[in-house]
Amino acid sequence: MSQKSTKLIDKKGLRLDGRKPDELRQIKIDVGILSNADGSAYIEQGKNKILAAVFGPKELHPKHMALPDRMVLRCRYHMAPFSVQERKSPAPSRREIELSKVIREALEPSIFLEYYPRTGIDIFIEVLQADGSTRCASITAASLALADAGIPMRDLVAACSAGKVDDTIVLDLMDTEDKMGEADVPLAFMPNLNAITLLQMDGQLTLEEFEKAVNLALDGCKKIYTLQKEALKAKYVSFKEAEE
Amino acid sequence: MAMITRVKQREIAQLIAKGKRLDGRGLKDYREIKVEQGIIERAEGSARVLLGKTEVMVGVKIETGQPFSDTPNEGVLTVNAELVPLASPTFEPGPPDENSIELARIVDRGIRESKAIDLEKLCIEPGKNVFVVFVDVYVLNHDGNLIDASAIAAVTALLNTKMPNYEVEEGQVKIKPGYVPLPVRKHPITVTFAKIGEKLIVDPGLDEEQVMDARISMAVDDDANICAIQKGGSGYFSPQQVLEAAQIAKEKSEEIRKKLGWR
Amino acid sequence: MPTFFERKQLVVPGDLIAEDGYIAGENTYAEGKRIYASRIGLVDYENKKVNVVALRAFYIPKVGDIVIGTVTEIGFNGWTVDINAPYQALLRASDALSRPFRPQKDDLSQVLDIGDLIVAKITAYDRAHNPQLTVAEPGLGKITRGQIIKITPTKIPRVIGRKGSMISMIKQETGCQIILGLNGVILITGKTPEDEQLAIMAINKIEEESHTSGLTDRITQMLKEVKEKRGVN
Repeated sequence: MSQKSTKLIDKKGLRLDGRKPDELRQIKIDVGILSNADGSAYIEQGKNKILAAVFGPKELHPKHMALPDRMVLRCRYHMAPFSVQERKSPAPSRREIELSKVIREALEPSIFLEYYPRTGIDIFIEVLQADGSTRCASITAASLALADAGIPMRDLVAACSAGKVDDTIVLDLMDTEDKMGEADVPLAFMPNLNAITLLQMDGQLTLEEFEKAVNLALDGCKKIYTLQKEALKAKYVSFKEAEE
Repeated sequence: MAMITRVKQREIAQLIAKGKRLDGRGLKDYREIKVEQGIIERAEGSARVLLGKTEVMVGVKIETGQPFSDTPNEGVLTVNAELVPLASPTFEPGPPDENSIELARIVDRGIRESKAIDLEKLCIEPGKNVFVVFVDVYVLNHDGNLIDASAIAAVTALLNTKMPNYEVEEGQVKIKPGYVPLPVRKHPITVTFAKIGEKLIVDPGLDEEQVMDARISMAVDDDANICAIQKGGSGYFSPQQVLEAAQIAKEKSEEIRKKLGWR
Repeated sequence: MPTFFERKQLVVPGDLIAEDGYIAGENTYAEGKRIYASRIGLVDYENKKVNVVALRAFYIPKVGDIVIGTVTEIGFNGWTVDINAPYQALLRASDALSRPFRPQKDDLSQVLDIGDLIVAKITAYDRAHNPQLTVAEPGLGKITRGQIIKITPTKIPRVIGRKGSMISMIKQETGCQIILGLNGVILITGKTPEDEQLAIMAINKIEEESHTSGLTDRITQMLKEVKEKRGVN
């Protein structure tokens, strides 16, 4: 293992971007920004810039892919070639295929799939710029795009990562922290059902450290959940204010 | 054959709510594990694992190649998995689909994050030439819990992998006679749980997988560190269930390491 | 018996609206004793029933609804019609012709071709089958002129207004004929394209501001202002 020469947390306990260990990056969310999609959302989280769009529900072609008693969710997570430092080939990588699957599985529990049998919903996620924890920001945006499309849902899904860098448990990892840190724990959460719908981990954590990381990630998710609701209401609230 | 009837689904769920399983196991019991090593002589390392009726074979091939630019002093580990069509009526021939890619990446993370292989010892010439360890997971029969069976088979195969002896003479790699074992220093074990109703069961069989809400796999190393976790399936876990699973994973991984003679 | 949102307040999916003693109505669901919103919309109470009038939703077919659709395919005994819903609708030849259908002699494309617009009524729909249509009733059939716009189906009632006040006002101010498909598709036929544009503008504004009050007055105001600018009296 190559020697770590960069300190990820300085003497004052601040991270490379000046954040405290339990601080989220700056988040900006816009809903309903694509005119052709049935639902859409755009998120900026730190340097992450991610677009999510939803099409459907609509009848599935090929027909044999449809299920007789519920909707089918299809999800494509894709990174633009210019989203990362070294140009990434546009062809789907194994990582993108795995992330497409786990993101889909993170969103499925939130949707009332049984309401519209034989149909399908397509979710497209494009990472325009990546800086760590893109799967979490993608889930946050995709959940909003689903609500914007009028898909009936149990709850929004908020996602956030936690991890360990320089022996400290931190919230919302950026790329450098993910690459050079000791552990990364991405997590997605639906507060109403107390449900963790995405959970992965890589690195090394003791059981205690893991518990700390999970709890920190859950806190992050709850904060992001509030931001999601604000973003959804923002379109309509501004009208009410203008009216008054 | 592939579809599970409602009657069976209910039967399984009802039994589990009472703490029992269809094959008589307890909720935290693994099926019988049988391991064979070195069965494929053409491979540098190999293993065959039977977990109940699930059968997985792993072959390890060693080649030389370029290291990754951000780790010029380290060998390369690459894991691939094939869900061979003969293993299940639900496996189709063709390029790896999301399930085989996910399986490969979960097995990879268990080995990589636990630092099971001392990759620095695989460096021949920094930045130019390193050993590349190809781990190929071949699922031969699917009766549930491909993840844990594949993970055990992969580590077993690595443990009996022999690398060529070599010498660097005037910038050229010369193969010497004899072999050295692949430097494997950790024995990660992956423990997979299925959630059925509100109960967690360990090592789900195929029929249990068809009924489960979701699964979660946790890889634990010899020092009780968690190295990799993957939740799968379209259901969810509560935070308490996740932490409960982590505790059980720690216990079961130790148990299995002892059973396999890795302790 | 607490409620957390009042009538006409905006909720989003996952918002807890009421608990203990309430029933889940439109666009809500119950988890134990709690009633949550399942779509973005405005809260409405019908005694103990909690409804959410959705601001963002797609059309779900209902038997008896009048809809406007586009023919997308010609089959051997009918047409497939896009009614802006998750499911394609079927119009059988027998529900379109005023006489029995003769497969050998009748060329369906002569009756309705791909791309044709129709006003139809839904005659059947259930979970296992796609919606069925008929045009064999007065007021239904092929559309030959006018402009089509689409809005969120749940806002059609707003376009109608209380006792038809909004839609009557728009028809009067613009001089247009307007057919409202309950699937969110609206047909506007006016004397000139400018008149049709006026009606379209009004309807788009209703869609954007449907959750606000005093809309009828504001739309009337807007129409009068635009007409003045044009010099039309």
